[in-house]
Amino acid sequence: MRFRAKIVDLACLNHFSRVINTIAKLARICTLRLTVSKLYFILSDKVANGGVGMWCELNQGNFFDEFQMEGVAAEHNEIYLELVPENLSRALKTAQNAKAVKMKLTNKHCPCLRVAVELPSLSSSSRIVTHDIPVGVIPRRLWNDFKEPSVPDFDVSIYLPVLKTMKSIVERMKNLSNSIMIEANLNGEMNLKVETDLVCVTTHFKDLGNPSWALEDGCQSSQDRDPETMAEARIDIRKLQQLLAGQQVNPTKALCNIVSKRIVHFILLHEDVSLQYFIPALT
Amino acid sequence: LSRIGDELYLEPTENGLSLRAINSSRSAFASFLFAPLFFQRYEAGGPQPDTELFRCKVLMKSFLGVFRSLPSLEKTVEKCLILLKPQLSRLVVQLQCKYSVTKTHNLTFQECERLQAVFDTQQCASSLRAPAQMLAEAVVHFPLTLAEVTLRVDPGGKISLRNYVEDDAEPSKTMVTELWLAKDEFEAVAAVPDSHITFCLKEFRGLLSFAEASNLPLSIYYDAPGRPVVFTLDDTVLEVNLVLATLSDPESTSQRPTSNGVSHLPAPSDDFTDDLESYMIAMETSAYEESSRDPPTPTFPLCTPNPPDSDPEEEEEEEEGGAVPGTPPHKKFRSLFFGSVLTPGGPNPAPTQEVLAEDSDGEY
Repeated sequence: MRFRAKIVDLACLNHFSRVINTIAKLARICTLRLTVSKLYFILSDKVANGGVGMWCELNQGNFFDEFQMEGVAAEHNEIYLELVPENLSRALKTAQNAKAVKMKLTNKHCPCLRVAVELPSLSSSSRIVTHDIPVGVIPRRLWNDFKEPSVPDFDVSIYLPVLKTMKSIVERMKNLSNSIMIEANLNGEMNLKVETDLVCVTTHFKDLGNPSWALEDGCQSSQDRDPETMAEARIDIRKLQQLLAGQQVNPTKALCNIVSKRIVHFILLHEDVSLQYFIPALT
Repeated sequence: LSRIGDELYLEPTENGLSLRAINSSRSAFASFLFAPLFFQRYEAGGPQPDTELFRCKVLMKSFLGVFRSLPSLEKTVEKCLILLKPQLSRLVVQLQCKYSVTKTHNLTFQECERLQAVFDTQQCASSLRAPAQMLAEAVVHFPLTLAEVTLRVDPGGKISLRNYVEDDAEPSKTMVTELWLAKDEFEAVAAVPDSHITFCLKEFRGLLSFAEASNLPLSIYYDAPGRPVVFTLDDTVLEVNLVLATLSDPESTSQRPTSNGVSHLPAPSDDFTDDLESYMIAMETSAYEESSRDPPTPTFPLCTPNPPDSDPEEEEEEEEGGAVPGTPPHKKFRSLFFGSVLTPGGPNPAPTQEVLAEDSDGEY
């Protein structure tokens, strides 16, 4: 089992750092899955996480100049690691103008992801900073826990409003209550609602647009649905705020799928990164 | 100085005005000596030539309050006068500003004994000197919350900084950051090879930002672990000393360093073989769910560091009575040994403390 990767291009490095920063804001510990072509940051929807699930997928070719991976075995050419993304974020923080960043999996005292940053310096040799980030190797028999979650059978799918706007609204609503109601319909309307004993605050969004999904059997599940009817779910507002606050770049596409009273599935797409985030409805 | 202690000790001497501070656990001491040339006018003593020079200490907060806003001070203040009035028990700081505005601050002071850390940079085995900016760039890689950092000179002469991980922290959970500096980044290096010293980063950062602002090179003098480390800045009109207590390790430095030596690799090269194959086999065959290994925590007898010794004539100010003077608070003085590799259940036998986990990379 080996892993070695190198980033030389500064733009790629900054982009990668931003992705890691976003992940670090969403999960304290998560699973990193490495395959030949992709990296995945996974948080499985265990009760310990409050039922939140995260699936972030990157094409390694868009970030790394060199990427070599040998999985556990030939038929299972993948590596699953458990790590604290904040550590990786910190390691990359001071690598803003690095000449190169190398990562490799090592096992000296314990399995570590060693991040070596080569920095320019005034002297003849470059300055090298290494960060040994402890990781846990996840054995093959547990890999099933980290399967890609399927898109739920949603009632409504709708594009999100401008994330910055949504974020500032949710931040203010956070002061009022711990839970927020998201409701949306197939007419491109979405409401964010917070209710307390004294006050009820609702923000209405219009003309958001609804993405069309082609299902496997060729029909759209929501075709029979009345476009005016709202699908709603009440979720923990802090989880939503975490998701919105973690976004450092505006996604190319941002949408959410609502399963009434069950779960809200957020999908944020960038050119080379896709992030799915599942927030369960509060009982 | 305010980053070190809550009280500012003022001591006028023949050589200039000395401002000093010490922290509550007496593990850090700093002094700034301003030569008479620094001032427009400097009078150390009173009218009678033979009276003992007066010393006092004031609350750091009060003194800093006078100089609160630096940008506005630079714009409005023309002269600053500092005057001791022992009869009135007041330290007067008078700011003479533009438009004939005079702000006078009367601060109460306390008489005190001489505060002096005993140290001799000439006796230190190792010394380094570097431009402040280079060191500032180096410490930026360490998180602000990091308590201690280890400065190390390896047998080959390479200099590195590494975050210090306490022994009771699990090595398998703590991130380790290490930075290598080339010898030619320093202005002068006279360090004993294979030496190291561990000190508190917080107080050092304070001095470092001052040094950076005044563009002075910083000199580092250290000896054996446990002996204080001295940082100095030198200028024609200013001399700054920062003395910090350091962590000692029970292992004598004459011994070859333990796993630390192994983990301090030269710049990582590209050809190596990972050791994970055997590890994965261990994982599959054993009953462990996760990769948890508890390294046998070495228990070494506690050692106290040598604090900066106070001037023998000085009466110890009443600090927390129980604490050993100079002991950095809540530290266990264990060796920098990091513990070993796999649990006893795995294919490798549980190593003893002396056995080094051989680096499979073969780089060292």
